[in-house]
Amino acid sequence: MTDEVHPLDGNAAAGPLSRLFTSDVSGAVVVCGGCGREGAIATLALYGRDTGLVLRCPTCGTVNLRVLDTGPTIHLDLRGSVRMSVRLALD
Amino acid sequence: MTSAAPLPLRWRTATVIARRPETSQVATLVLDVPGWPGHRAGQHVDLRLTAADGYQAQRSYSIASANDGTAVAITVERVADGEVSPFLLDEVRISDDLELRGPIGAYFVWNPEAGNPLLLIAGGSGVAPLMSILRARAQAPDPPAARLLYSSRDEASIIYRDELDRMATATGGPGILYTLTRERPTVWSGALGRIDRAMLERVGFPPTDEPLAFVCGPTPFVEQVAADLVALGYPGERIRTERFGPTGAVG
Repeated sequence: MTDEVHPLDGNAAAGPLSRLFTSDVSGAVVVCGGCGREGAIATLALYGRDTGLVLRCPTCGTVNLRVLDTGPTIHLDLRGSVRMSVRLALD
Repeated sequence: MTSAAPLPLRWRTATVIARRPETSQVATLVLDVPGWPGHRAGQHVDLRLTAADGYQAQRSYSIASANDGTAVAITVERVADGEVSPFLLDEVRISDDLELRGPIGAYFVWNPEAGNPLLLIAGGSGVAPLMSILRARAQAPDPPAARLLYSSRDEASIIYRDELDRMATATGGPGILYTLTRERPTVWSGALGRIDRAMLERVGFPPTDEPLAFVCGPTPFVEQVAADLVALGYPGERIRTERFGPTGAVG
């Protein structure tokens, strides 16, 4: 509970993000606004837990996504990303 | 990154149908999840606990079982001062219901049709998703060669020891090497000390065999092993990592 400096994989953010995207977006591709790296959310470095999540580019450290989940409202800040591509299930 | 598009996720009710002690600090819970859509080896689930006053705590746990109907096994390690793991280890009984969301994960997953040799590297309870891969491999009709390098503090902390030993001696079973970091038993056929580049070179497959590496454990462990694999010539895209810690959405 004290070891806050070590990031986890973006993979672990997929459950919380599914409140917003309704599906598992760990495979969604994010293009970093800092260095242009293109990679799955699962490969980003995840900091924080539960209500507040920060996902950084593992190459240059730019914050690609910020998520604040207050319960009734989810705030998603994508300012550090150029693009996010989500592949949807086909019915 | 994934061949299958993700399924919608929602909270489901899971019923505890079995519990197995694995070590003094670790136990496996087997959950029956009606409507479970199936999972891929390496995926995880979120569990949510709600207190009487409405307070909720949520944690991620790797799935340890192979895809097996509606049964999903998770292996829980006690986290000192943890909110969730002591409850799961001490309070939860057979037939209790838990809230579960999953399966989750499109990246740290193994496709049984991939022919690449498998190098699995575990630190502590990071062996859980790798066990799911080994169990799925045991069911696969034409599994690739596989090796597990598993670092534990001491011999008593090795999770799934009996099953792993049985796998290792079965025809076509994986090669398994345990290494102990804080104990030197008088009788011991495994390795001693932390996993380092030399150990990885000895146990792993040469990069020319195009192995696929899955590394799971505490964050510093995973980062060190991944860096060593890169130094040995493993391309980054064939190294899959799953970090866990006492913090974060995982724990």
